[in-house]
Amino acid sequence: MREQKTNRLHDFVRTKGEVYVWLASMGLVIGLTMIVFLLGLILWEGVKSFWPEPVAVFELRQDAGGAMQQIAGQITKEQEKAGQATAAENAALEYQIRTANRDTYGSSYRYLDSSQIASVTYPSGLVEVERMEFGNAVGFPESVVFGKSGRTVASGSEEFAGALAKAVQDAATRRAQIEKIEKKEIGSINAEMTSLRNRERSLKSKDEKTAEEEKEIAGKVGSLQGEFEKLATRARELRGEQKNDVLVLRLASGETRTIATGDIVGYFYPNDLGFFGKLGLFFHRLVLFLIENPREANTEGGIYPAIFGTVVMTLLMSVAVMPFGIVAAIYLREYAKQGFMVRCVRIAVNNLAGVPSIVFGVFGLGFFVYLAGGTLDQLFFSETLPTPTFGTGGVLWAALTLALMTVPVVIVATEESLAAVPRGVREGSLACGASKWQTIQRVVLPAAAPGILTGLILAMARGAGEVAPLMLVGVVKLAPSLPLDGDFPFAHLERKFMHLGFHIFDLGFQSPDAEAAKPMVFATTLLLILLVVFLNLFAIIIRERLRKKYATGAF
Amino acid sequence: MTEIPRPKTQQAAKGTQAGDRNSKFIEIKNFSFFYGAAQAIHDVTMDMPERNVTAFIGPSGCGKSTLLRNLNRMNDLIDGVRHEGDIIVNGHSIYDPLVEVISLRKRIGMVFQKSNPFPKSIYENVVYSLRVAGQNSRPVLDETVERSLRSAALWDEVKDRLHESALGLSGGQMQRLCIARAIANRPEILLMDEPCSALDPIATMKIEQLILSLKSEFTIVIVTHNMQQATRCSDLTAFFYLGKLIEFDRTEKIFTNPSQKQTEEYITGRFG
Repeated sequence: MREQKTNRLHDFVRTKGEVYVWLASMGLVIGLTMIVFLLGLILWEGVKSFWPEPVAVFELRQDAGGAMQQIAGQITKEQEKAGQATAAENAALEYQIRTANRDTYGSSYRYLDSSQIASVTYPSGLVEVERMEFGNAVGFPESVVFGKSGRTVASGSEEFAGALAKAVQDAATRRAQIEKIEKKEIGSINAEMTSLRNRERSLKSKDEKTAEEEKEIAGKVGSLQGEFEKLATRARELRGEQKNDVLVLRLASGETRTIATGDIVGYFYPNDLGFFGKLGLFFHRLVLFLIENPREANTEGGIYPAIFGTVVMTLLMSVAVMPFGIVAAIYLREYAKQGFMVRCVRIAVNNLAGVPSIVFGVFGLGFFVYLAGGTLDQLFFSETLPTPTFGTGGVLWAALTLALMTVPVVIVATEESLAAVPRGVREGSLACGASKWQTIQRVVLPAAAPGILTGLILAMARGAGEVAPLMLVGVVKLAPSLPLDGDFPFAHLERKFMHLGFHIFDLGFQSPDAEAAKPMVFATTLLLILLVVFLNLFAIIIRERLRKKYATGAF
Repeated sequence: MTEIPRPKTQQAAKGTQAGDRNSKFIEIKNFSFFYGAAQAIHDVTMDMPERNVTAFIGPSGCGKSTLLRNLNRMNDLIDGVRHEGDIIVNGHSIYDPLVEVISLRKRIGMVFQKSNPFPKSIYENVVYSLRVAGQNSRPVLDETVERSLRSAALWDEVKDRLHESALGLSGGQMQRLCIARAIANRPEILLMDEPCSALDPIATMKIEQLILSLKSEFTIVIVTHNMQQATRCSDLTAFFYLGKLIEFDRTEKIFTNPSQKQTEEYITGRFG
């Protein structure tokens, strides 16, 4: 009786195969945990870098005979001190402090032993100033000095806050003016001069240069030169004014430093902010990060050009890869005679998806940049040679290179979704007197559209995150202008561009102050992920609409 | 390109007398058909009269569907097939090299075993054959949709949602939509390949009534597994077995007094 019972239990477990269900679910759980952890880490680190931390002032223990030393900074890391053999000393902790004031201390970070620290305070009135150069400055404000009037407003007086705000505001206005003059006005003069010079050169090469034309060109160049001088002088004046007003700061370590208001991007009092103040500053920083140009070798400021470049490049790539991949797949699946050749082509396409991306970069450099771009330059832009126009990396070549890289993904997905369209629907269409092309165009493609879009989503996700091939075909650390702007012909596909993926690489490995760039790495990574998610979401929404429209009901 | 001439009677008067009918509207002459090396149809010869319902019956794999699909050259789409003999519709061979298969299919509508509406609106499904023929005039299309859906007894059920997806219809409605689509272009012949095999009895009944009402306008050839269906709606019945035509006669004769022993065994359910 008893034996029978155990046997039955044994059979039950074996026949159901429940163990394997558990195994499979465990695999899924591990995978999900890893994804959640990855996203969580990046989200946390990325968001943290925008959150204003209070600044501590550490009073250090006196060295033998030395004076009392103070140092201000934010604790960024806490670790056990390395090389501490005996556990007898319990003060084996070491803090990494972001002291800011790189111009004074030589570096933005400093390590302190816990044994050195006598006391830690968070004094109110500390100001953190974001500067154009040398990172942030932290100190106690002493006074604002207005250069023109010679007026000095001390930090104790009631007018101080207003005076500082006004001085910084004035400087920001002037900075905007300077930028407008230098980028827009002088830029357009430069463009005009270049085109004049090119015309002159092409006239010269054709030996058609008449005295009249020469004179006309010279006159135009002269007047442009004059305009340029005027603008340049104005910009110089404004730049001079930027240095007039200064903020005097006393650092925690005792030194006094002056900061010209022209160098101040913004300032805040980290120890006097309430929660909502911090929240406001957080969003302010976040928005600036999204819409500003980078500063200081990309380690400060925003990443707007990189976002813009990534979006433009990805959209261009999609536009290039879609028709190409779909047409190829239609031929392979619908028209080509299924046989040895087609099988070979299919295998080749599938293998192409596995080729390392840098190989495509090298191909893009050789084929698109040197061959196609070089030929284009000789045919249409010969007057500017030897300065290349299309014969160098640019957003168009980058997009085409990535399109080539992702075309197998689109082909495979399209082929599969074409194959999934039921035979009955095709026959129904043919029986109505439709030709094969009409059948494909009117019935098969609409039914396959959701699957095709899935392929495009995968291609976009792969293309947007790719870095290695881009480095060969047009991505740069800092692009002077965006690939789309207000200058005729508006879309400058030959221009070099910035890319989020490359930006991360650049920040992480090529920046002069790797430690200071770390928060930016996480923030940029977060943005890259968000961008890919948004692009995908866009495609997914289209796909769902199509699905609803062509819902494959009762096949 | 030879156009197969339309029967004059159809244009002259819709409700014609039996005497006008062309008794050899579809002629199948010594027709054999091969999938690669396998012969699916063995030397079939039969004539089908105009505006009649002819039913093909027989056990699975007996070649009746294959023969039906040859009438509009649907089997051309399969690789490695060939045929011998000829099929003549209204005096013209459909295998004449000058016949364009697309215009042939416009003249011969087909309804499949599984309903296969296109992933489009009901309206667009019905007018599909007109659209692919280049007809885009709105009044013509509107008129066609109403006429075809009325003929297919579907108009009242869908007239308020013509522009919704056809895939939201029920199985029976989808099959009637496919019939409406097949008759939208006013073909002469309507081929039906087991149109009711996936439907419930009520939907089946509706389609059978439909077949009987369409008979006055179209020549219908229907493949069916359902003996009762053949008796209910066909005028002539052909019994196939292993690719051969065993018996072809008036339906009453086949089901009451078959001349062949195999036919009798099949219809009485002793094999097949």
